[in-house]
Amino acid sequence: MAEEPTITASTRDTTGSRGSRLLGVATLVGLAVLGVLAFVLTDPDVRIHPSTGDEFGQFDAVRMLYVHVPLAAMTYLAYGLCAVASLGVLIRRTPWWDVTAHAAAEVGTVFCGLVLVTGSIWGRPVWNTWWEWGDVRLMTTLVLFLMFAGYLALRRTTGDPRTVSRRAAVVALIAVLDLPLVNRSVEWWENRTLHQQSTLGELKIEDLTLFTLMLGFLVLGMVLAWLLLHRFRVGWLERAALDHSVAAAIAERRGETPDEELRRAVGDSPAAREGFDENDRDGDPEAGRP
Amino acid sequence: MTHVGYLIAGWGITMGTLAFYAVRLVRRGRELSGRVPDAHRRWLEDQGSDDA
Repeated sequence: MAEEPTITASTRDTTGSRGSRLLGVATLVGLAVLGVLAFVLTDPDVRIHPSTGDEFGQFDAVRMLYVHVPLAAMTYLAYGLCAVASLGVLIRRTPWWDVTAHAAAEVGTVFCGLVLVTGSIWGRPVWNTWWEWGDVRLMTTLVLFLMFAGYLALRRTTGDPRTVSRRAAVVALIAVLDLPLVNRSVEWWENRTLHQQSTLGELKIEDLTLFTLMLGFLVLGMVLAWLLLHRFRVGWLERAALDHSVAAAIAERRGETPDEELRRAVGDSPAAREGFDENDRDGDPEAGRP
Repeated sequence: MTHVGYLIAGWGITMGTLAFYAVRLVRRGRELSGRVPDAHRRWLEDQGSDDA
């Protein structure tokens, strides 16, 4: 006799679903494969100078690009999604758009922070510096990170939630204007940056190196999707928990408050009617009126 | 292999941060899931539950 499938409390009390678990497992496998390709199977970037014959290139530091470049691409994607959802907040004004915008901004900021950190770590052996304040790519990326950090700070302020979400949407739409500046800065201000132009073009990568970089895009994209999914569900639950607690508090208060007190509060009780003074009618035309 | 320290730092910080953030999201989700009715968790519908 087959037993009916049951779902335990530990399974139910989660933001996971069958699809998200499959995505999570596939992502972990993808990360493992990416690690093997990046550290074991691909070669370092070693080139021979045509005239001197000396070796030059990024050597093993190039292995950082398998994670740094996909992180940057996923940052663009997350912030782009945040901008689209912010438009939805301003036009449709539904919680779905608002929760999506917030989730995309938060996950995007985690990715953007990692882009800055991995870029700095990669820059030390390749450029011989951790950071360059005059570099347009670095500075526009830092400004992007700080603007979305401001967005997240704004989301934490108290006040009318609808007003906060609309203001945050405007901030996101202004902040996202920095995205094309970040992306094109290495071409528009090529004399004011240490950063290489398109990694795909500059390194002239091919074969397994190109495949590994493409796999990096795919796997980090899966990481982004998994994080967005769960952050959206957490945001959705935060709203639901707030609504639920408010409704429960109102119901509880109704249960505790005697009927007489409730009627008095709305001016509809014998005591209120007895205390009604005709002279008060001039001051408050509605006072004591049933 | 050259630049081993930089590679460990870069990949380690990336994977560590993503793992920390993912675990934090899952724990926060579990905490919140227990505080709201199932009707607010539409993603449970694909788990074959009658009351999801």
